[in-house]
Amino acid sequence: MAFFNFHKNTFKHGIHPPESKEETNKLPIKQFPFPPVIILPMGQHIGAPSQIVVREGQEVHRGQLLAKAGGYVSVPLHAPVSGTIRKIANVPTISGKMSQGIFLEAFPSSTQEVLEGEPIDPDTATPEEILQGIQNAGIVGLGGAAFPTHVKLKVPDGKKCETLIINGIECEPYLTTDHRVMLEQETDIFTGIKYLLKATGARKAIIGIESNKQDAANHLNKYIPEGLPVSVQVLPVKYPQGAEKMLVTATLGKEIPSGKLPIEVGVVVVNVATTAEIGRLLPHGQGIQERVITITGPGVRKKGNYTIPIGTPLRFVLEQVGVDEEISEVYMGGPMMGVAVSNLDISIVKGTSGILVFTKKDIKRSPKTYPCIKCGACVDACPILLNPSKLGILAKFEAYDEMASNYNLMDCFECGSCSYVCPSHIPLVQYFRLSKRIVRKREAEKKEKVNA
Amino acid sequence: MLKKTLDISSSPHIVKGRSTEYIMKNVVWALLPVVFFSIYSFGLNALLVIFTATFASVLTEHFLCKLSKKETTVNDYSAIITGLLLGLSLPPSFPLWMTFVGGVIGIALGKYIFGGLGYNVFNPALVARAVLQAAFPVAITTWHPAFLADRFTTVSESVFTFPFMEPHYDAISGATPLSAFKFDGVSTSTMELAFGQVSGSAGETCAIIIALGGIYLIARNMMSWRIPVAVLLSAFLLSGALYIFNNELYPSPVFMLLSGGLMLGAVFMATDMVSSPITPLGLWVYGAIIGILTIVIRVWGGLSEGVMYSILLANAISPHIDSVIKNRVYGTKRKIKAA
Repeated sequence: MAFFNFHKNTFKHGIHPPESKEETNKLPIKQFPFPPVIILPMGQHIGAPSQIVVREGQEVHRGQLLAKAGGYVSVPLHAPVSGTIRKIANVPTISGKMSQGIFLEAFPSSTQEVLEGEPIDPDTATPEEILQGIQNAGIVGLGGAAFPTHVKLKVPDGKKCETLIINGIECEPYLTTDHRVMLEQETDIFTGIKYLLKATGARKAIIGIESNKQDAANHLNKYIPEGLPVSVQVLPVKYPQGAEKMLVTATLGKEIPSGKLPIEVGVVVVNVATTAEIGRLLPHGQGIQERVITITGPGVRKKGNYTIPIGTPLRFVLEQVGVDEEISEVYMGGPMMGVAVSNLDISIVKGTSGILVFTKKDIKRSPKTYPCIKCGACVDACPILLNPSKLGILAKFEAYDEMASNYNLMDCFECGSCSYVCPSHIPLVQYFRLSKRIVRKREAEKKEKVNA
Repeated sequence: MLKKTLDISSSPHIVKGRSTEYIMKNVVWALLPVVFFSIYSFGLNALLVIFTATFASVLTEHFLCKLSKKETTVNDYSAIITGLLLGLSLPPSFPLWMTFVGGVIGIALGKYIFGGLGYNVFNPALVARAVLQAAFPVAITTWHPAFLADRFTTVSESVFTFPFMEPHYDAISGATPLSAFKFDGVSTSTMELAFGQVSGSAGETCAIIIALGGIYLIARNMMSWRIPVAVLLSAFLLSGALYIFNNELYPSPVFMLLSGGLMLGAVFMATDMVSSPITPLGLWVYGAIIGILTIVIRVWGGLSEGVMYSILLANAISPHIDSVIKNRVYGTKRKIKAA
């Protein structure tokens, strides 16, 4: 820290891309129709894939357990619809890899009522019981990372959680799911916070919201239950404020040490939609079957925020909302960190927060790159205060070890700010993603050698 | 429907939409008022010198690209900037053949042998000027008076010197405010300096127009404000201290800021992005080195002007500034270490 530590209610650097949220942020969440067939890959979260506990031909009820957690860092999967298990086979995923998966054919005329499980009472349950309940419900970070939430909430021995931060920032352009969830599901959010406070032992919770969602902040402020130590903090709009590190710095003025988690400074950060899901599912002991997704972008006809069953094929989604003939690129997630889809046969997973459809003319990326002119725009954008210009040059020389040891490559979380501002159109984030993989691989190899 | 294949790309999928070419184009725009004032005050001489320098730079860039079988990079505007800056930094009655040689050297030796745009260590225009200063010491220090009555109708004899011959100068030649002060102890008024009523290099005489160009680029976020501020501030502070110490021996800090090439150098030459550091603190250090060195050379050196060598020296250490002074990465402690 510098000499004096003025808490400026924000983090350093960052960018201001056009928000592009106005087309969907006023549209209430709508239920999406059930597809005829649901396709559920087992590896839709970070960690070990889920293990299938049903067999082909079996009839399942909505909410029934289909696959159990494959370990501690893993979660179970529940049936998003009532139907028949048609097939268990490899299915494509967004990364291009195949993963074991379940084809579930929905009953056409089922009432689609959800099975009730064993409820967990936030007032009497122990923190361990709540964490177990969260894992049993199959909950992962719904902001996009899809990291199992119970693992994240587990405060390591010797550490103490002071503050729980609920992430309602939604700094990605176009996305409005968290915004709508905050406006429409306040009861679930506050119930969720009750569980989370108990599970982490935090004394207070802060809901961080960007000022372009002032209505959501006002709404939540109005409904804070009596006795619940929750406050709403409105922050100026800046990308990537939704990143954990940036959000902790913006709300509390603390920096999370390099390579460490927020718990290092006594904080646990949970996405607001994840919080709402916990508040909705745990009182009924149910598992997650659906999630709210913003479907938008210039190529979409019926833009909106939809509750969509997990496992709904992307092709079915796009056919339902109607897309432009000239559809060129489809992204899952936001335009800054989302992943381009190569295959419409993949399905919605728990981490899908948005679907963006761009036509050819909406893609402004220039095919022509210039050499780095060291203008420093990337240096002024990087929220981690790296030197992307130098890192980019080193990446070209394949000096990966130098990048990691002298230029803090591994602190980069691929927010895309540097690529966004680069006037020479250098694909910096792509370089860094690749470089990070190579560094990780080399480190693993080194470890193996030592162990051998 | 939806049968067609999709394009894929790496995130981010949206961009700010500003290009290197666009930034360069804006630098050219910011330089144009300086060029116009130069032609207004020095007439056809300045027009010919600036045009020749630019023409030679662009031609050399194009030729070298063709020679190395690459697509021409002339349309990124950077060669035009080099040419304009070279022309503006030369005496207005400088022989055209020497100017042409300068343009070729700037691009070929100052930029292309390093690998072209983005790889040059030094500001190419200053490399050219340094070579010219070494090769033609008389021609490059022979100044032409401003605002001659016949400036739009006649061209000095020296301008059309036959290639590889030394120029002959007309009887009239003017001293720059710096050389007048240094060698004759004559000072020039602030108003004359600010509004360019003096003689000097073609484009360095009017401090105000140069500053306006800089303000335009800074306002459009196309130039680091830290460099000109650091250069001017450090020069002001050092010369101010000297002036307070002995105001008969040393000129006033305002005179130092407005005279010679300091303003042109601080605004348009030291700010060359490629050859300057990249971190905020690095920029301050870099700018301060230029400002202090300029004053040191002007006051104690053998030359009356020191901006060019100061910037070139700072260019040379700029990569080292970058490897020593880094931003404090989020979540770490600042470490300054030798590379």
